[in-house]
Order: sequence, then structure tokens, then C-alpha cells
Amino acid sequence: MSVRVLLFWLSMTIAASAQSFAGLGEGADGFALPKRGTAFEFPRDYGAHPEYRIEWWYVTANLTGTDGREYGVQWTLFRSARAPRIGGWRSPQTWMGHTALTTPEAHFAAERFARGGIGQAGAAADPFDAWIDDWSLTSQGSGYDGLRMKARTAEFAFELDLTAEGPMVFHGDNGFSVKSAEGQASYYFSQPFYAVSGAIQTPNGQMDVTGHAWLDREYSSQPLGRTQSGWDWFALTFESGHRLMTFALRDSQNAAFSSGSWISPDGTFTSISDGSITATPLRTSTVNGREVPTEWRLEYPARSVDITVSAINPQAWNDLAFSYWEGPVRATGTHIGKGYLEMTGYE
Amino acid sequence: MTKTALFALLSHWRSQPLQFAALLLGLAAATALWTGVQAINSEARKSYDRAAQALGQGTEVRLVSVDGGGIHRETFAVLRRAGWQVSPVVEGTFQTGAFQVQVRGVDPFTLPPSAASPDLLDQGRLARFLDGELILTHADVVPGLTALGLSAEIVPNVPAGQAMMDITAAWDVLETSNFSYLILTETRTNGLPALADLVPQLERITHEPEGDIAQLTQSFHLNLTAFGLLSFAVGLFIVHASIGLAFEQRRGMFRTLRALGLSAGRLTALLAVETLLLATLAGALGIGLGYLIATALLPGVAATLDGLYGASVAGSLTLDPTWVASGFVITFAGAAAASAQSLYRVATLPILAPAKPRAWAMASSKARPRQAVFGALLMLVSLGIAAFGSGLVAGFLMLGALLFGAALLLPSALNATLRLLSPFVRGPVFEWALADTRQQLPGLSLALMALMLALATNIGVGTMVSSFRLTFTGWLDQRLASEVYVTAENSAQAQDVHRFLDDQADATLPIRATSTPLMDQPGQIFGVVDHQTYRDGWPLLTSSNSPWEAVAQGSGVLINEQLWRRTDLILGADLELLPGWVLPVVGVYSDYGNPKAQAIVAQSDLLGRVQGGISTLGYAARTGRPSELRDGLITLGVPAGNIRNQAQVKAFSLNVFDRTFLVTGALNLLTLGVAAFAILAALTTLATMRLPQLAPVWAMGITRAQLARIELLRSALFAALTFVFALPLGLALAYALLAVVNVQAFGWRLPMHTFPLDWLRLLILAILAALIAASFPALRLARLAPSRLLKVFADER
Amino acid sequence: MCMGCVWVVHHMCPAIFVWRENRKPGVRALYAGRNPVTSCHMLLTVRDIIKTFPGDPPHPVLRGVSLDLAAGETLALTGESGSGKSTLLHIIGGLEAPDAGQVTLGGASLAGLSDTALAQIRRCKIGIVFQQFNLIPSLTIAANLSFHARLAGREDAGWSAQIASELGLSDVLHRYPEQLSGGQQQRVAIGRAIAARPSLILADEPTGNLDEDSADSALKLLTNLTKEVNCALLMVTHSPTRAATMDRTIHLSKGHFA
Repeated sequence: MSVRVLLFWLSMTIAASAQSFAGLGEGADGFALPKRGTAFEFPRDYGAHPEYRIEWWYVTANLTGTDGREYGVQWTLFRSARAPRIGGWRSPQTWMGHTALTTPEAHFAAERFARGGIGQAGAAADPFDAWIDDWSLTSQGSGYDGLRMKARTAEFAFELDLTAEGPMVFHGDNGFSVKSAEGQASYYFSQPFYAVSGAIQTPNGQMDVTGHAWLDREYSSQPLGRTQSGWDWFALTFESGHRLMTFALRDSQNAAFSSGSWISPDGTFTSISDGSITATPLRTSTVNGREVPTEWRLEYPARSVDITVSAINPQAWNDLAFSYWEGPVRATGTHIGKGYLEMTGYE
Repeated sequence: MTKTALFALLSHWRSQPLQFAALLLGLAAATALWTGVQAINSEARKSYDRAAQALGQGTEVRLVSVDGGGIHRETFAVLRRAGWQVSPVVEGTFQTGAFQVQVRGVDPFTLPPSAASPDLLDQGRLARFLDGELILTHADVVPGLTALGLSAEIVPNVPAGQAMMDITAAWDVLETSNFSYLILTETRTNGLPALADLVPQLERITHEPEGDIAQLTQSFHLNLTAFGLLSFAVGLFIVHASIGLAFEQRRGMFRTLRALGLSAGRLTALLAVETLLLATLAGALGIGLGYLIATALLPGVAATLDGLYGASVAGSLTLDPTWVASGFVITFAGAAAASAQSLYRVATLPILAPAKPRAWAMASSKARPRQAVFGALLMLVSLGIAAFGSGLVAGFLMLGALLFGAALLLPSALNATLRLLSPFVRGPVFEWALADTRQQLPGLSLALMALMLALATNIGVGTMVSSFRLTFTGWLDQRLASEVYVTAENSAQAQDVHRFLDDQADATLPIRATSTPLMDQPGQIFGVVDHQTYRDGWPLLTSSNSPWEAVAQGSGVLINEQLWRRTDLILGADLELLPGWVLPVVGVYSDYGNPKAQAIVAQSDLLGRVQGGISTLGYAARTGRPSELRDGLITLGVPAGNIRNQAQVKAFSLNVFDRTFLVTGALNLLTLGVAAFAILAALTTLATMRLPQLAPVWAMGITRAQLARIELLRSALFAALTFVFALPLGLALAYALLAVVNVQAFGWRLPMHTFPLDWLRLLILAILAALIAASFPALRLARLAPSRLLKVFADER
Repeated sequence: MCMGCVWVVHHMCPAIFVWRENRKPGVRALYAGRNPVTSCHMLLTVRDIIKTFPGDPPHPVLRGVSLDLAAGETLALTGESGSGKSTLLHIIGGLEAPDAGQVTLGGASLAGLSDTALAQIRRCKIGIVFQQFNLIPSLTIAANLSFHARLAGREDAGWSAQIASELGLSDVLHRYPEQLSGGQQQRVAIGRAIAARPSLILADEPTGNLDEDSADSALKLLTNLTKEVNCALLMVTHSPTRAATMDRTIHLSKGHFA
């Protein structure tokens, strides 16, 4: 999913060649390619896959403070490789961390970079531990069931405990998720059932919070189609206990490619095929000098979903080296709920 | 009418090509020297700006190894994971053959954003940088890197002589594997685990960029600017003389033009336009010449600034509109200043004023007493500034007043001398020649003033440089008593080196240093152990009794001359070295070539007070076998670049020194050349005006050849006399440079030595220059057709 | 004095040697006495002088002119402006060479003489008085008066003083030419020529720049003094009145004597 697209910051030059080998088991540059029908293996697949070009651990959390106000937290670790190897200081693996905290009035974001192989950043499978500098996502039990998520910047900090209250979800065809009509794909699974408790710290002080969180795991070696210009991604948790994940890849030449998953409270889910869900911008906000749609209408007739999704803080712009909009949203209409919206390509 | 008149005015130059050349070249030479200096200064300033940007503007907080050695690379992840945002840097010099480059290895992932951080966001640049395929450099090291098969990219914010690359690439180049230091990129560290617990071998320091280079070098540039101005002034004397003569020679034409109905205002305006045209032409020529001069001198200046201040300046010049514009401005200003008097005279000229060129010379001779009074006043002003003024600007003002005062006094002084000489001259020819020489003085005085200024500058600067060099070489001999100097990489290696030297060398002198402000100036404290070497040779300017004993006992501190002069610390005065550590000053040592304040204390005290801040782990070793010692140290693992032998250091220091003054030497010679040209121009112009004086003498039986020889002799006499007056002036200048300007600019005062052989050489040079300048007019006179002389008798009928 | 200066002085100043040569006893002896030229009947012989000034067309100035002048004789040379009077005077004085013809002074021909030899003859045998006086402005009147005599190596303080006195210049000896009137300056010029005891004085319109009174007195002094020292005088003038005061007058017209 998502901003992660931008991770091709390191592999742009080889993107074209990689694309021509799409569909083969292995790229000419030695990277492994996702194959339909591959079974996941845990705990191995909790950790990093250096043989794939890109990979991420992506947590978004909708929180409510003891003051009754709504907060959002993002914790992301990206991995990108120039070659499918590991190694010390000369490792071709590079890491990028993004973290953000959103309040109804303010939005803070920070980033970290690291080269692989020197211990500054990494993702170990067992026990699971992903980190960059002093930001970490660490298993407190078995695998992804219980996690402690920490980050600290000069402006804000948080330390949250995530407890899974449902099973992991393997999107697409058992985790094989197609990303374009041309067939680019990735391995994609999630843990959308986290209950969260902990504390956040803003310049205004510390606040105890509770809420729910959503973890996305994705890895691949294939970039997006060259004409795909950006991406609108929704991950919503409804009061009914259902979850909806949907994304639309905007295309400069073709119709947008959309996909997603409808997840029942028990973890069973339905893949949403291209074109069966529509996302329509209702209102834009001027964010950091650009117009960004911060209110959407989502229509998913198959499940009678017709909701308005609006940003809790329209100014949730991650003004980082790779900038995008990412923040907590509220859903109203046929379904009531909360979630996260990410929008890229509005630079 | 206007156009016709302008053509008539300009036609003068066709009939007087030499005068035209004198005017044009004089103005061009003046502009050239000025522009050249400006170009050098502006290039240097640009380099400083780049350097300042690269250093990230201002101070940088660093973590350095407590023992002064390298930092192990495992510490990096430890610190990062603990939340300490650090970025590793490895620095070193890579040298192969004559090629040398300052290598700076960085980690692009953690390097804080500043003007110096590499722009790696473009396609694939980061990947190439990480793979060591992209090296960002200054243009001056590109050829060297290319020769080594490395692909370098020129980027504007890398300082001269530097190459920036990924830390892993730098490790390969420098053959090392650790960090020189870590930059702390986020200094808000409350809440983080204590540094002492995490990495006890590291400490946090605030790194001051190498002084404020612009400020340090300011005085050097002021020096250059002063030279440029002086050269410009010498050039202006020529221009003034040429314009004045041209105006006087055209009096007849002015009279005719006025009689034909051209108003005085229009005529003046036309002459101003003419001056403007000439200035434009000369300005363009001068700026071109200035560019050439600057191109030729810049590498020397760059070497100087690097050697003296550690300021990197690009060795190549870019054409900058600023100094091109400043060149034109000063050309126009100079031409305006030089022609103002003449223009005024034309504007106020009565229509029927006599067209007698000689009248001008006579009028000038009447101005002599006025000039002399003004000159004497300027000398008094100069004395006054010397007595009461302080600071570099006052020093230069004093010099300016002294030089111009002396220049204005010169005609009167020469006149008086010639008058004094007359009783000693025998024979009518020489009596006449002498009397005639006095007669010629007004016409030549401007050129002679130029010559005197050039000679005085030559003597003054020459004396300063030679005094400095003499003192400097002696000082080097004393200061560099030890044969081998080693710097250890870390404390472990330091112990090895110490053991090795104790075993192999005749004596081992460990040196430890820390950087700390002294009296609010960037400074260093050196800790030494007591040794006879220091007592024997260390160059002390002043000291109490047995200063080295006091230092050894921890009851005194030695300070360098720079600190002494800048702060007026006296012997016995207390100096606070570190908070709570105060010692009395027991001696002052000379420390040429170092811009910083410095103090020497007992090593054990220094180590006791500064546990973690030692930045130098040095050893000086006395030995009779320096090369064997060196080989042994290399075997021990000390990088070859950390070992220097005495001869190497001396050669390097003297080389830096000589290059420092190459620039002033070159400017000196150019100025002298300009002055010689002034004489040529003046004599050539005077030659035509002098026929009425020569014709009767010729008619009375003196051959043209004799007259020509007298001209030569006269010129030589003028040069010699001018030299006589220039000598004390030059020595005064040297004194001012050594005792005022140097102290202000560099912080050290030098004893003045005199070099009579140099004077003799200069005297001969001056006479030769004058003879060469006079030989052309003399030759013309010797070959003059008698009819030209006879015309004198006919013309006046 | 440093070695360099000695070198410069000896190699670059041959004028010193020229001056020394002038002081050779032989030269002095040759011209010693009140009238050094006695060996020949005619002091000056001019024969068939031809001079053409170059130009387009060339301008013939003298077309075969001859004259003789005895010691102590005074001769006026008259003629229209541009008749060639001054040119003839210059040729006789060795200041200019004729295209053809011969000038013999004191028995010696000027033809083919070097620049130096001609200069020596001008120095020792000829005195010249110019219309513009051409005094040396940088020297005092006293120095101007004795200048030529000293050049000729015949300085004689008593003689100079006598001349100064006769010319009425005793009071202004310490002054400079520019401080004197035109008449006074011309008297100095006359005195300068006489003081050198030349055998021949050439005067080119010596009174041309003076008012009548001054001119009369100056001319009187000139003729008197030349007679006194037994010197020949050749004076160019366009004034018949002045010419009449001379022993002889010859008139030059279109390059020939009339």
C-alpha cells in the first residue's frame, strides 16, 4: 500500500528494467518477485525480506485521550534495497522511518534514515523487533499479537501497547495483492484488530490514550506502472466491528485502479475487485500550499456502504523529504467509524 | 561644430602617439593593479563564503574521542539506538605524489541538512554516492582525482581542495575504518541516556569552525588593497602628468576653438567627453590586464591564505562583474581626479591667454612651496597618527600620510639638493646641466614622485619581508629542535608510540593539546613535559627568571606573542586557562604563522584538568636517525601522514612563507615598472618642449650627442637622488609595517633588519630603469636634425 | 661611492671626457691671446655656396654665394625676408651644411668636418647673437655672460667684469634672464659672444626685438666691442639704417648677392 510507493527513491534507475521482467520468478537484478500461491511462513515473515526490493511495516492508530479528544499516530518503517544482499557498512539495504502524531489542531511528523547492516535500523523476525534509531516496534509476546510501539522526536513522543483482538488478514489472493491492471503485485497482509493503550506526549504535555490500530505489512520488488501518479488509501474501522481497506491508484492515462478488502469482525474478508468501490472527493483543503481532498464519499454497493470520510485535522501533511498527506479520519453515513487516510501524488 | 571640435581635439593624440600611449597605459596600468588586487580579494571572499557554508555556519556540536584518537564505528549504532542523533565523519588527507586532497567521508543518511550536505535526491545519485561512484569535489581537485580514475562531480558548496564522499569510500581512500568525530545533529538531548554511561570514551565538544576565516584574513586583504591603492596612485601620477601636458600643449588649439565661437563650457564638456572616452578605453585595457595579473598571482595568494590561515581559496579565477565594475569606477574616478585641475583651467581660460607650454612648467614651479607646505603638514599628520593612533586602519592612514607627504615634499627636496650640489660642479657644461636639471624639475616631478613611492614601497616591503624571513628562519631552527614529530591516532597507539620512542629515540617529548578559548579568543593549550630542548632553544621574546621551571612546576604559563599583543597581558599577569585554572604568565614566545592564541603549561596539569578534551596526541623525538625512526613508527601502524620530520616541516614552512610574499614582491616590481614608464612618458613629452633651451647651447658648440649624454646622466642623477630620498621613507615604511601593520594584522612584531646590499641592487635597478626610460628621448635628441634646432631661432622671430 | 655608481659614471658619462678634452693645454694655447686668428689674410672665405631646401618643388635658397671677411671687419648682410640671409649665417656658423661650396674660417675649411669638430669651431672661434637673445634661463646673468667663454676654455674674470661694466650689466649679474628687460637681455647675449673672444661674431637680427633706443645702444656696443677685440662681425639685418653702421653691406636677393 501507499506512500511506500515513494520508496522507489532508491531504485528509480532500475525501475524500468525491473518492470520488463515483471511476471518472471526473479528479476534480472537478482530480486525475488511475488508469486501467487506462495504460503507465508511465520515467524520468518514477521521480519525483513532483503531479497525483495521494498518492504514496510506500517502502523496507524486512532486514539482517544483521557481529555476525550481524538488523536492519530503513525509509525512506519520502510526498507529499500539496491541489491538483494545484506552486509555491513556497505550494505545495499537502506531504511527510512516516518512517524507522525495528529491532534485536532496540530500535526507533527518526523523522519529518520539509515543504511542497513550496521544495527542502526532493522527488522528481526523472532522475536519480532523493527527499529530505526530509538523508534521501535517490538513484540511483547508471540509475533504480531502484542507489540510495543515507541517513537521519540524533539517535538513529540509516544509509547503504545498494541494487543491483537482478531486474526491477521491476507489481502488479495492469500496475501498476493495485485497493484495494477498490468499485473504488478506484492505480498500484503495486515493485522487490523489491535486495541491500543499507552501515552502520547505533545508540546502541551503527556496524555494517556486508548484506541485501535492497524498494522500493514507489504513487500515486493515491482514498482507501480509508470503512468500511476498517486494513491488514495483508506483503512476504516466501523463501530459494527467491520473493517474496510480500499485503495485507488490514480493513473494519468487510464482509469484509476481500485481494490480493497471488506473484513468481518471475525476476520473473514472479501476482496474488493477493481471498479466495485468508488471514492469521490467532496471537498478539498489548502494544505501546505496545495489543494488536497480531505473529505470523500465512499460507495461500496455490494455491502450497502455509502459514507462520508472526513479528516479530523485537514492539515495532516507529512512535510518530509517525501511528503504526503496522512491522518486520522471520521466516517459517517451508512456506517460510523474511524480510520486513516493516506493520499500521495498531490505534491 | 561640436563634432568638428571634438575631432580637432582628438587629432592632438594622432600627432602625439607617445603621449597618448603614456596616458592610456598609465591609466590602464593603474586600473590593472587595482583590479587585479580586487579580483584576488573577491575570489578569496567567495571561497570564504563557500567554506563558511560548508562548515554549516557557525559552531557544530561534536562527539570526539576522549583520547584524541579515532572513534570506533560500533559506537555509532549504539548512540543512534539510544536516541542520540549523531552523524559520523571521517576526515583526512589523501596524498599521492604531488596531488593532495582533503577527504571528508560522510553518512548521507544522517548528515544534518546544511548547504554542504550533498544533493542526492536526483535519480540514482544516492546509490552512486553510496557505492563510491559519486565524489563531490571542488573544481581544483578534479584533475587529480580524474588521474586516479575516480569520477568526481564539481559542486559549488564544497570548499577548495576538498572531496566529499560516502564514509565507506573515504575509509578506502584514507585506509582507515573509524570516525574522526560524530556530529551531534540534535542537541536537545534531555531524556536520553547519559553519554558517559553509553560511550565513556567519547565526550561532547563544541567545535568552532577554523576561526572566522573572513575576519582572520581581513587584514591580509586590507594589506593587498592598500598595495592596490598605492599602485593606483602611482599610475594616477602618470595620468595627471599626461593629461596636464596634453591640455597645455593644446592651449593654442583651445584659443583657436574659442575664437571660432566654441564656448568655454562646451569646450570643457568636450574635453570631459574626451577624458571619458580615454578612461573607457584604458579601463577596458586595465581590467583585462588586471585579470591577467590576478590569474598569475592567485595561486600564490591561495597558497598563502591556506598556509597562513588554513583558508581554502580556489586557485582559479572567475570573471566577476563586481570587480569589473569597480575597475571601471576607479578608472573614471582616477581620470576625473587627474583631469579636474586641467578642466578647471580650461573652463576659466581667457580667450587670449598665451599659448606657451613652458608657462605651465613655470606655474608648476611656483606651486612648489605650496606643495611642500602641504607635504610637511601630511608628514606631521602621519607623525601624529603614529603617536596617538591605534589599529590597522590608523596604521594604513599613517602610511598613506607619510608616503604622500613625502611625495609632495620631493620636488622641493630635490631642488634644494641640486642647489646644494652646484658649488661642487665644475665646468660650464655641468653647471648648465645642473641648472637646467632644476629647470626641468617641475615637468618631471610627478614622475619622480611616482618613482619615489615605488622605490620606498620596494624598500619598505623588501625590508619587512627580508626581516621577517631572517627572523622566521632563525625561529624555525629554534622551534623545530626535534627531528621527528608524530601524532598518534588514539591513546592505545599513543602508548605504543611512546614505548617505541623511549626505546629508539634519544629523547621523547610528548605533547598534548586542547582547544579552548583564551581571553575570549579561539585558542589552544599545550601541555609539555620538562626537557632541556625547550630551555635550550624555545624562542622566548620575554620571560621571568627560569620560566620553564615555573611551567614544569605548574606555577606558570607561557603564552604566544599573538595572545600577548592582543590582550596586553604582562609578565606576572594572571591568565585563566580554564574555569578555575589561573596561572601567571611567565614568558612570551614567538609563534609565527599561527592565527590563534596559545598557551603552554605542564602536561600533567593539563591532563589532570582536561580529562576528555585532549585533541592532540603528539610526540617530538630527538634522534640522529630520523628515517629509521619513521620506518619503525610506520611498522607500528602510525599512518605515514602522521609522521613529519624536521626538514619536511621547515621546507614546508619556508615554502608557505615565500609564497606569502610572492604577491607583494610581484606587485612591487610592477609598481616600479609603472614608475619607470612614468619617467619615460614625462621625458618624452618634455623633450619637444625643451628644444628652445637646447638649441642655443648647441649653437654655442655642444654637440647633440653630448646633449643626449647629459640627458642620460641627468635621468640617472634624478633616479639616484630620488632613491636617496626614498631610502629613509622606505625604512620608515618598513618600520610602520613591522611595528604597526604586522602587529595588527598578524599579531606579531618583528625586529627590523636592514639589507644594504638590497638597497644597492635597488639603486642600480632604479638608475637602470631611469636610463632605459631616458634612452629613447636621448637617442631621439642625438639624432635630431639640426634644422629642428635651427627652427627654434626661426620660430620665435 | 659604490662600485656600481663608479661604473655608471665612467661608462655612461662620456661628457666628462669631452669636458676634459676642452681643457687640454694645447687647445688653450692655440686660442690664447687677444686675437687668436692671425695666420691668414682673410678670416672668412665663403665660395659658391649653394643650398636648396627640400620640398615639392625644391626651394633653392642660395644659388652660389661668395664673400670674404677680414679680421676686425664688420659686414652687414641685408635682404628681403626669405632671401636666405639666416641660412647663409647658419652655414657660416657650421650649424647647417651647404649643398655645395666652401666655407673657410681662419684658413681651415669647414667642409667634411665631423659634428664634434664643427661644435669645437663654434665653441672656440664663433660667437652668435640671436634675435631672441636665447639666454639660458636657468643661469644667472654672470653665468650667462661667461658661459660661452668657459665653454671655449677662455674664462677671464677680469675680461668678463670689464664687458659687464661696458654693457652696464654690473648691477644685475646675480639676476636671472627673465628678470631683465629685452634690451638688457640682448646686451647679455652680446656680452656672452664677446667674452668668449671669438674670431667671428655672427649676429642674426640682433636688434629685431628691441625698441629703437635699445637697438641703437646695443648695436653700438656690439660694433665697439668687436672692434676692440679685433673680431670680425657678420650681421644679418633687414634695416638699411643698421646696415649703414657696418664697414660694408652686401645685399642678398633671390639667392645671389646683388
